[in-house]
Amino acid sequence: MASLKDLTHNPDRLAGGHRLCSGCGASIAVRQILLAAGETPLVAGCATGCLEVSTSIYPYSSWRVPFIHNAFENSAATISGVEAAFKGMQRAGKIPADKKVKFVAFGGDGGTYDIGLQSLSGAMERGHDMVYVCYDNGAYMNTGIQRSSATPLGAWATTSEVGKAQQGKIQRRKDLTSIIADHNIPYVAQASVSHWRDLTTKAEKAFAVDGPAFLNVLAPCPRGWRTLPNKSIEHAKSAVQTGFWPLFEVEDGVWRQTVKVPTRKPIEEFIRPQGRFKHLFAPGNEALLESIQVEIDRYWDYIMDRCATK
Amino acid sequence: MANQKTIAETGNVLVAQAMRQCKPDVMAAYPITPQTTIVEEFAKYVAQGRCHTEYVTVESEHSAMSACVGASAAGARVMTATCSQGLALMWEELYIAAGMRLPIVMANANRALSAPINIHCDHSDAMGARDAGWIMLFAETAQEAYDNTIMSVRIAEHSDVLLPVMTCLDGFITTHSVDRADIFDDDTVAEFVGEYVPAYALLDTDNPSSHGNFSGLGGPYFEFKKQQRLAIDASMAVIKSVGAEFSELSGRPFDVVEGWGMEDAEVVIVVIGSSAGNVRHVARGLRAQGIKAGVLKIRVFRPFPAAEVAAALVGVKAIAVMDRSESFGAEGGPLYLEVRSALYDSSERLPVVDYIYGLGGSDVRLELIERVYSDLADIASGSMAPFGMTYLGTR
Repeated sequence: MASLKDLTHNPDRLAGGHRLCSGCGASIAVRQILLAAGETPLVAGCATGCLEVSTSIYPYSSWRVPFIHNAFENSAATISGVEAAFKGMQRAGKIPADKKVKFVAFGGDGGTYDIGLQSLSGAMERGHDMVYVCYDNGAYMNTGIQRSSATPLGAWATTSEVGKAQQGKIQRRKDLTSIIADHNIPYVAQASVSHWRDLTTKAEKAFAVDGPAFLNVLAPCPRGWRTLPNKSIEHAKSAVQTGFWPLFEVEDGVWRQTVKVPTRKPIEEFIRPQGRFKHLFAPGNEALLESIQVEIDRYWDYIMDRCATK
Repeated sequence: MANQKTIAETGNVLVAQAMRQCKPDVMAAYPITPQTTIVEEFAKYVAQGRCHTEYVTVESEHSAMSACVGASAAGARVMTATCSQGLALMWEELYIAAGMRLPIVMANANRALSAPINIHCDHSDAMGARDAGWIMLFAETAQEAYDNTIMSVRIAEHSDVLLPVMTCLDGFITTHSVDRADIFDDDTVAEFVGEYVPAYALLDTDNPSSHGNFSGLGGPYFEFKKQQRLAIDASMAVIKSVGAEFSELSGRPFDVVEGWGMEDAEVVIVVIGSSAGNVRHVARGLRAQGIKAGVLKIRVFRPFPAAEVAAALVGVKAIAVMDRSESFGAEGGPLYLEVRSALYDSSERLPVVDYIYGLGGSDVRLELIERVYSDLADIASGSMAPFGMTYLGTR
């Protein structure tokens, strides 16, 4: 586990000056994860989305590492191809046998939970030596805050509207981290930009394993969450403390909670400050609010059960 | 001329052999009938340790081409194979592969598109991708499929080109029929294709480059597209020169359009793919009866050899295009549209008619081809008016 001091000595591989919004969780996640990779050569891929359009505006690039953007749903397949090229070319003697390169694919929740799920599942099953990072901000933020399968129950989005007949998203979130964990790959973890030590430690482990690894990182979006840019880290922390986003890892099939939450706070603490949930506090929505707590409790119990020492 | 060995094999096995001999670093493919025996054969080579190729058994054709894009941008020599629904599923990635200027080589075992579902030959799959920016070669025989695959590597990777190449062979007819073919030894092919030296590779980690950047905010998207157009136009000269070099090595003729009886032909059928053999057979019979029949086979469809087609058809009295695909709502099939357009600047106004034939593997019987020549004779003599487009041999 690297100390903060150690990490500051590592090269910053995502240059400042990119066009992401202030308070965006995506760039924080990328910087922390790339810091954890140290100085080993690395190739990064990125799905179409906020991160991509804001860091690779031709003729500029914020990436100080080789970078590829292909399309929306195939960040995992694309990086699996880059990793395959490395193996094939190394076998042919075109790349020195002792050279090490790390491979990382980034995608938002839309590009990962939804349109890219098949590509991700395939890449994980095939066992490529790569890390896939989902920066989960809970909606299609790049196209204007449309709901994804990562959008929380009850949240407003531009395709899960609030009106007389509907109060935000009707469905509960997809539990992607568990889905990928059930691919039985060497390393899977859920992390948050608010817990840098936990996140960088998980990233170090993800890069260290021989084979596929998956990180699902909560990355607040001030535009979509209807929150202030300077509060992003606080909201991410609150997500952890309320059990909306438990921090855990699955190492060779062993589930472990990595950040304990001694007293889980009510979900209201996470959702009340966010504009995307404000309709839930209008008179008449008490039952809906209650059902959200029930859903959080169910999810929490499920994760804690899997993390329980057997 | 290089030493060659005569063997009897299916088109697909010959394509797989050619691919192995071209030493790809990565093969990423997904099985689909009738392409399957290419990927199965290649899997055997991998298992037998006969190639260094990293074989990526993806979960879909979309991921196949996505992985090819990643691998090619990484600096690898990359191949794949597909057809029909698989090619359709790749649609988005076909444009990206071409737009990113990646010299991927892909075999396409021409098969009909759903619906209704059908596994047999027509050219709907490839023709649907004709504007994606790929160079497209069509094989008449298994031998040509083998030859085209080897030439494709040189064409795609040429510094004036850097575009992906699709090598098409007719589903089942060419892919699965055992045919006679002459093949090179591995060293001859390796020497002919050489090594791929990419200008910008992701795996050149000391010199990081960004690929697939965003060009949507007043960026030079338009200029990139113009460069792509210049490259595919420039590829015609490269195809001819690689073809000439290959021809010398193999002893087999190669041209972007290949004529039979065109020196004095009056009635001509323009055709692509395996049907060219049957058309030639019928034309030969007609020649014996004193009818000046000719055949013009298109071996390169993209870039379209418009000047060559127009030049070959000078002095002809009537032309029939045989299209094994539709362009619903257009005046005729894709080849018809190209041929008619190629003839627009000719001094003579030649009658050209279109026959949509063989969709979904519908049989191309000799009497159907005879009927086409008979119509052409009537059109040439003025006893039949050119009718535009018709379906040939529907029940």
